[in-house]
Amino acid sequence: MLPNEIYNNLKTEFGDAIIEYNDAQPTDPFILISTGMLFDICHTLRDNEEFLFDYLMSLSGMDLGENVGVVYHLYSMKYKHKLVLKVVAPKTDPKVPSVEMIWRSADWHEREAYDLMGVIFEGHHNMIRILCPYDWEGFPLRKDYKVPEIYRGMKVS
Amino acid sequence: MGLLNRLDDPYEGGGILMGTVEDLLNWGRSKSDYYLHFGLACCAIEFMAMNASHFDFMRFGTIPRTSPRQADFIMITGTVTFKMADRIKILYEQMAEPKYVISVGSCSNCGGPYFEHGYHVLKGVDRIIPVDVYIPGCPPRPEAFHEGMIQLQKKINEQSIFNKRKKLKAELKKNNLISK
Repeated sequence: MLPNEIYNNLKTEFGDAIIEYNDAQPTDPFILISTGMLFDICHTLRDNEEFLFDYLMSLSGMDLGENVGVVYHLYSMKYKHKLVLKVVAPKTDPKVPSVEMIWRSADWHEREAYDLMGVIFEGHHNMIRILCPYDWEGFPLRKDYKVPEIYRGMKVS
Repeated sequence: MGLLNRLDDPYEGGGILMGTVEDLLNWGRSKSDYYLHFGLACCAIEFMAMNASHFDFMRFGTIPRTSPRQADFIMITGTVTFKMADRIKILYEQMAEPKYVISVGSCSNCGGPYFEHGYHVLKGVDRIIPVDVYIPGCPPRPEAFHEGMIQLQKKINEQSIFNKRKKLKAELKKNNLISK
Protein backbone atom coordinates (compact mmCIF):
# COMPACT_ATOMS: atom_id res chain seq x y z
CA MET A 1 0.00 0.00 0.00
CA LEU A 2 1.33 3.44 -0.90
CA PRO A 3 1.69 6.25 1.65
CA ASN A 4 -1.07 8.39 0.10
CA GLU A 5 -3.51 5.44 0.22
CA ILE A 6 -2.61 4.90 3.87
CA TYR A 7 -3.14 8.62 4.43
CA ASN A 8 -6.63 8.51 2.88
CA ASN A 9 -7.60 5.47 4.96
CA LEU A 10 -6.34 7.11 8.16
CA LYS A 11 -8.06 10.38 7.29
CA THR A 12 -11.45 8.70 7.02
CA GLU A 13 -10.92 6.93 10.33
CA PHE A 14 -9.29 9.64 12.49
CA GLY A 15 -10.28 12.91 10.78
CA ASP A 16 -8.66 15.98 12.29
CA ALA A 17 -5.95 14.02 14.13
CA ILE A 18 -4.23 13.53 10.75
CA ILE A 19 -2.87 16.99 10.05
CA GLU A 20 -0.94 16.82 6.82
CA TYR A 21 0.34 14.60 4.03
CA ASN A 22 3.62 15.75 2.52
CA ASP A 23 5.25 14.13 -0.50
CA ALA A 24 7.68 16.91 -1.38
CA GLN A 25 10.92 15.64 -2.87
CA PRO A 26 13.62 14.56 -2.07
CA THR A 27 12.53 13.05 1.27
CA ASP A 28 10.19 10.11 1.72
CA PRO A 29 6.51 11.11 1.92
CA PHE A 30 5.41 11.52 5.52
CA ILE A 31 2.21 12.00 7.49
CA LEU A 32 2.08 14.63 10.19
CA ILE A 33 -0.24 13.68 13.03
CA SER A 34 -1.30 15.28 16.29
CA THR A 35 0.19 14.05 19.56
CA GLY A 36 -3.20 13.43 21.17
CA MET A 37 -4.20 10.50 18.96
CA LEU A 38 -0.69 9.12 18.34
CA PHE A 39 -1.14 5.97 20.41
CA ASP A 40 -4.46 5.01 18.78
CA ILE A 41 -3.16 5.69 15.29
CA CYS A 42 -0.07 3.57 15.88
CA HIS A 43 -2.19 0.81 17.35
CA THR A 44 -4.39 0.81 14.26
CA LEU A 45 -1.36 0.83 11.98
CA ARG A 46 0.04 -2.24 13.69
CA ASP A 47 -3.12 -4.32 14.12
CA ASN A 48 -5.38 -3.38 11.22
CA GLU A 49 -5.37 -6.13 8.55
CA GLU A 50 -4.79 -3.54 5.82
CA PHE A 51 -1.60 -2.09 7.31
CA LEU A 52 0.13 -4.61 9.62
CA PHE A 53 3.11 -2.39 10.44
CA ASP A 54 4.75 -4.86 12.78
CA TYR A 55 8.23 -3.33 12.76
CA LEU A 56 9.38 0.07 14.04
CA MET A 57 12.58 0.62 12.10
CA SER A 58 13.67 3.76 13.89
CA LEU A 59 12.43 6.44 16.20
CA SER A 60 14.30 9.73 16.16
CA GLY A 61 14.06 13.15 17.73
CA MET A 62 14.36 16.49 15.93
CA ASP A 63 15.07 20.03 17.04
CA LEU A 64 12.81 22.40 15.09
CA GLY A 65 13.66 25.62 16.90
CA GLU A 66 10.50 26.40 18.85
CA ASN A 67 9.38 22.79 18.80
CA VAL A 68 10.76 19.31 19.09
CA GLY A 69 9.64 16.58 16.71
CA VAL A 70 9.64 12.81 16.70
CA VAL A 71 9.88 10.72 13.52
CA TYR A 72 8.69 7.12 13.27
CA HIS A 73 9.81 4.85 10.42
CA LEU A 74 7.50 1.87 10.10
CA TYR A 75 7.75 -1.29 8.03
CA SER A 76 5.43 -4.19 7.39
CA MET A 77 7.06 -7.59 7.16
CA LYS A 78 3.98 -9.07 5.43
CA TYR A 79 3.12 -6.39 2.85
CA LYS A 80 6.67 -4.96 2.58
CA HIS A 81 5.45 -1.36 2.66
CA LYS A 82 6.92 1.54 4.59
CA LEU A 83 5.53 4.63 6.27
CA VAL A 84 6.97 7.73 7.91
CA LEU A 85 5.05 9.40 10.73
CA LYS A 86 5.90 12.71 12.37
CA VAL A 87 4.64 14.47 15.48
CA VAL A 88 5.54 17.89 16.83
CA ALA A 89 5.44 19.19 20.41
CA PRO A 90 6.43 22.61 21.81
CA LYS A 91 9.75 22.85 23.68
CA THR A 92 8.02 24.38 26.69
CA ASP A 93 5.92 21.22 27.13
CA PRO A 94 7.63 18.45 25.07
CA LYS A 95 5.23 15.62 25.88
CA VAL A 96 4.52 12.87 23.35
CA PRO A 97 2.64 9.61 24.07
CA SER A 98 4.86 6.56 24.27
CA VAL A 99 4.52 3.75 21.72
CA GLU A 100 6.65 1.38 23.77
CA MET A 101 3.57 -0.76 24.50
CA ILE A 102 3.02 -1.22 20.76
CA TRP A 103 6.57 -1.86 19.53
CA ARG A 104 9.06 -3.07 22.13
CA SER A 105 11.96 -1.64 20.12
CA ALA A 106 10.66 1.84 20.99
CA ASP A 107 11.78 1.33 24.61
CA TRP A 108 15.44 2.28 24.22
CA HIS A 109 14.78 4.56 21.23
CA GLU A 110 12.49 6.70 23.35
CA ARG A 111 14.95 6.79 26.19
CA GLU A 112 17.63 7.98 23.76
CA ALA A 113 15.35 10.68 22.34
CA TYR A 114 14.64 11.78 25.89
CA ASP A 115 18.31 11.72 26.85
CA LEU A 116 19.63 13.77 23.96
CA MET A 117 16.64 15.83 22.80
CA GLY A 118 14.48 16.12 25.92
CA VAL A 119 11.26 14.68 24.51
CA ILE A 120 9.21 13.29 27.39
CA PHE A 121 7.32 10.14 26.40
CA GLU A 122 4.24 9.75 28.54
CA GLY A 123 3.40 6.18 29.49
CA HIS A 124 6.93 4.84 29.11
CA HIS A 125 7.65 2.45 31.99
CA ASN A 126 11.25 3.58 32.59
CA MET A 127 11.80 7.15 31.34
CA ILE A 128 15.43 7.67 32.44
CA ARG A 129 18.63 8.61 30.62
CA ILE A 130 20.31 5.89 28.58
CA LEU A 131 23.65 7.33 27.30
CA CYS A 132 24.57 10.30 29.47
CA PRO A 133 25.18 9.86 33.21
CA TYR A 134 22.00 9.98 35.29
CA ASP A 135 22.97 13.29 36.93
CA TRP A 136 23.71 15.04 33.62
CA GLU A 137 21.99 18.40 33.17
CA GLY A 138 20.35 19.50 29.95
CA PHE A 139 19.79 17.75 26.64
CA PRO A 140 23.02 17.81 24.60
CA LEU A 141 21.72 17.55 21.02
CA ARG A 142 19.36 20.52 21.30
CA LYS A 143 20.56 23.48 19.28
CA ASP A 144 20.36 25.83 22.27
CA TYR A 145 22.36 23.50 24.54
CA LYS A 146 25.06 25.16 26.64
CA VAL A 147 28.05 22.94 27.42
CA PRO A 148 28.68 22.97 31.20
CA GLU A 149 32.00 24.25 32.55
CA ILE A 150 32.56 21.45 35.02
CA TYR A 151 31.13 17.99 35.53
CA ARG A 152 31.81 16.33 38.94
CA GLY A 153 34.99 18.31 39.43
CA MET A 154 36.34 17.55 35.94
CA LYS A 155 36.80 20.41 33.51
CA VAL A 156 34.74 19.84 30.39
CA SER A 157 36.65 21.82 27.78
CA MET B 1 67.51 -16.07 28.49
CA GLY B 2 70.49 -15.53 26.23
CA LEU B 3 73.05 -15.82 29.02
CA LEU B 4 72.25 -19.47 29.68
CA ASN B 5 72.37 -20.57 26.06
CA ARG B 6 75.86 -19.37 25.25
CA LEU B 7 78.32 -22.06 24.26
CA ASP B 8 81.54 -20.03 24.51
CA ASP B 9 81.20 -19.80 28.34
CA PRO B 10 82.47 -16.21 28.92
CA TYR B 11 82.30 -16.62 32.70
CA GLU B 12 84.65 -19.61 32.71
CA GLY B 13 82.37 -21.89 34.63
CA GLY B 14 82.12 -19.48 37.55
CA GLY B 15 78.52 -18.43 37.04
CA ILE B 16 78.97 -15.23 39.00
CA LEU B 17 77.43 -11.95 37.93
CA MET B 18 78.16 -8.65 39.62
CA GLY B 19 75.34 -6.20 40.06
CA THR B 20 73.03 -4.52 42.52
CA VAL B 21 69.95 -6.02 44.14
CA GLU B 22 68.01 -3.05 42.84
CA ASP B 23 68.91 -3.89 39.25
CA LEU B 24 67.88 -7.48 39.78
CA LEU B 25 64.53 -6.50 41.29
CA ASN B 26 63.86 -3.93 38.59
CA TRP B 27 64.82 -6.45 35.92
CA GLY B 28 62.25 -8.82 37.34
CA ARG B 29 59.60 -6.14 37.67
CA SER B 30 60.01 -4.74 34.19
CA LYS B 31 59.97 -8.15 32.50
CA SER B 32 56.84 -9.51 34.18
CA ASP B 33 54.28 -6.74 33.99
CA TYR B 34 50.69 -7.76 34.50
CA TYR B 35 48.26 -5.32 32.98
CA LEU B 36 44.65 -4.36 33.32
CA HIS B 37 43.31 -3.61 29.86
CA PHE B 38 40.74 -0.85 29.82
CA GLY B 39 39.46 -0.99 26.23
CA LEU B 40 37.11 1.86 25.36
CA ALA B 41 37.13 2.40 21.60
CA CYS B 42 38.92 1.58 18.34
CA CYS B 43 42.37 1.62 19.99
CA ALA B 44 41.25 -1.52 21.79
CA ILE B 45 40.59 -3.13 18.40
CA GLU B 46 44.16 -2.27 17.43
CA PHE B 47 45.25 -3.79 20.68
CA MET B 48 43.75 -7.11 19.57
CA ALA B 49 46.20 -7.16 16.66
CA MET B 50 48.90 -6.31 19.18
CA ASN B 51 47.97 -9.33 21.30
CA ALA B 52 47.83 -11.75 18.36
CA SER B 53 50.80 -13.83 17.30
CA HIS B 54 52.20 -11.51 14.64
CA PHE B 55 53.11 -8.70 17.05
CA ASP B 56 52.93 -10.78 20.22
CA PHE B 57 52.54 -8.40 23.15
CA MET B 58 53.38 -11.22 25.57
CA ARG B 59 57.00 -11.13 24.45
CA PHE B 60 57.40 -8.32 26.99
CA GLY B 61 56.28 -10.64 29.74
CA THR B 62 52.90 -8.98 29.98
CA ILE B 63 49.90 -11.02 31.00
CA PRO B 64 46.35 -9.62 30.90
CA ARG B 65 44.55 -9.60 34.24
CA THR B 66 40.87 -9.07 34.79
CA SER B 67 41.27 -7.59 38.26
CA PRO B 68 42.98 -4.30 39.14
CA ARG B 69 44.33 -5.87 42.34
CA GLN B 70 46.62 -8.15 40.32
CA ALA B 71 47.74 -5.56 37.78
CA ASP B 72 50.99 -3.62 37.61
CA PHE B 73 49.86 -1.19 34.97
CA ILE B 74 46.64 -0.13 33.33
CA MET B 75 46.23 0.53 29.63
CA ILE B 76 43.65 3.17 28.79
CA THR B 77 42.85 2.48 25.14
CA GLY B 78 40.22 4.76 23.68
CA THR B 79 37.85 7.65 24.26
CA VAL B 80 37.36 8.46 27.94
CA THR B 81 33.85 9.81 28.43
CA PHE B 82 32.80 11.51 31.65
CA LYS B 83 30.62 8.55 32.46
CA MET B 84 33.66 6.25 32.25
CA ALA B 85 36.07 8.67 33.98
CA ASP B 86 34.68 7.86 37.42
CA ARG B 87 35.12 4.13 36.80
CA ILE B 88 38.72 4.60 35.65
CA LYS B 89 39.48 6.54 38.80
CA ILE B 90 38.04 3.76 40.97
CA LEU B 91 39.98 1.06 39.11
CA TYR B 92 43.21 3.03 39.34
CA GLU B 93 42.76 3.49 43.07
CA GLN B 94 42.15 -0.24 43.50
CA MET B 95 45.50 -1.15 41.94
CA ALA B 96 48.37 -2.04 44.25
CA GLU B 97 51.56 0.07 44.33
CA PRO B 98 53.75 0.35 42.37
CA LYS B 99 51.37 1.12 39.55
CA TYR B 100 51.79 2.61 36.10
CA VAL B 101 49.49 3.99 33.43
CA ILE B 102 49.82 3.82 29.67
CA SER B 103 47.54 6.13 27.72
CA VAL B 104 46.94 4.88 24.19
CA GLY B 105 45.73 6.99 21.28
CA SER B 106 44.82 10.61 20.69
CA CYS B 107 41.50 10.42 22.56
CA SER B 108 42.91 9.37 25.90
CA ASN B 109 46.01 11.53 25.45
CA CYS B 110 44.23 14.82 24.87
CA GLY B 111 40.64 14.28 23.70
CA GLY B 112 41.56 13.76 20.04
CA PRO B 113 38.81 14.62 17.56
CA TYR B 114 36.47 15.50 20.46
CA PHE B 115 38.78 18.19 21.77
CA GLU B 116 36.74 21.18 20.66
CA HIS B 117 33.10 20.12 20.50
CA GLY B 118 32.89 16.94 22.58
CA TYR B 119 30.67 17.84 25.52
CA HIS B 120 30.89 14.26 26.80
CA VAL B 121 34.62 13.50 26.47
CA LEU B 122 37.31 14.03 29.08
CA LYS B 123 40.12 15.95 27.37
CA GLY B 124 42.92 13.59 28.31
CA VAL B 125 42.97 10.85 30.91
CA ASP B 126 45.88 12.64 32.64
CA ARG B 127 43.30 15.02 34.09
CA ILE B 128 42.18 12.33 36.51
CA ILE B 129 45.10 9.87 36.88
CA PRO B 130 48.90 10.30 36.42
CA VAL B 131 50.09 8.89 33.08
CA ASP B 132 53.56 7.36 32.66
CA VAL B 133 53.68 6.67 28.92
CA TYR B 134 51.68 8.27 26.13
CA ILE B 135 51.35 6.35 22.87
CA PRO B 136 50.31 8.70 20.05
CA GLY B 137 48.24 7.70 17.03
CA CYS B 138 44.64 7.40 15.93
CA PRO B 139 44.78 4.46 16.49
CA PRO B 140 48.51 3.71 17.01
CA ARG B 141 50.26 1.07 14.93
CA PRO B 142 51.34 -2.05 16.82
CA GLU B 143 54.93 -0.85 16.45
CA ALA B 144 53.95 2.19 18.48
CA PHE B 145 52.62 -0.13 21.19
CA HIS B 146 56.02 -1.88 21.16
CA GLU B 147 57.79 1.43 21.61
CA GLY B 148 55.46 2.45 24.42
CA MET B 149 56.04 -0.82 26.25
CA ILE B 150 59.81 -0.45 25.84
CA GLN B 151 59.59 3.04 27.28
CA LEU B 152 57.65 1.77 30.29
CA GLN B 153 60.22 -0.98 30.89
CA LYS B 154 62.97 1.61 30.68
CA LYS B 155 61.15 3.74 33.22
CA ILE B 156 60.75 0.81 35.61
CA ASN B 157 64.42 -0.17 35.19
CA GLU B 158 65.58 3.31 36.12
CA GLN B 159 63.47 3.50 39.25
CA SER B 160 65.20 3.29 42.61
CA ILE B 161 63.85 1.00 45.30
CA PHE B 162 66.22 1.64 48.23
CA ASN B 163 67.41 4.96 49.69
CA LYS B 164 65.00 6.97 47.59
CA ARG B 165 65.30 10.11 49.70
CA LYS B 166 69.09 10.02 49.67
CA LYS B 167 69.20 9.67 45.91
CA LEU B 168 66.61 12.38 45.40
CA LYS B 169 68.63 14.73 47.60
CA ALA B 170 71.82 14.03 45.65
CA GLU B 171 69.97 14.61 42.41
CA LEU B 172 68.56 17.93 43.60
CA LYS B 173 71.95 19.02 44.89
CA LYS B 174 73.55 18.22 41.56
CA ASN B 175 71.06 20.45 39.78
CA ASN B 176 71.49 23.26 42.36
CA LEU B 177 67.86 23.07 43.45
CA ILE B 178 68.73 22.84 47.17
CA SER B 179 71.71 24.28 49.05
CA LYS B 180 72.67 21.53 51.50
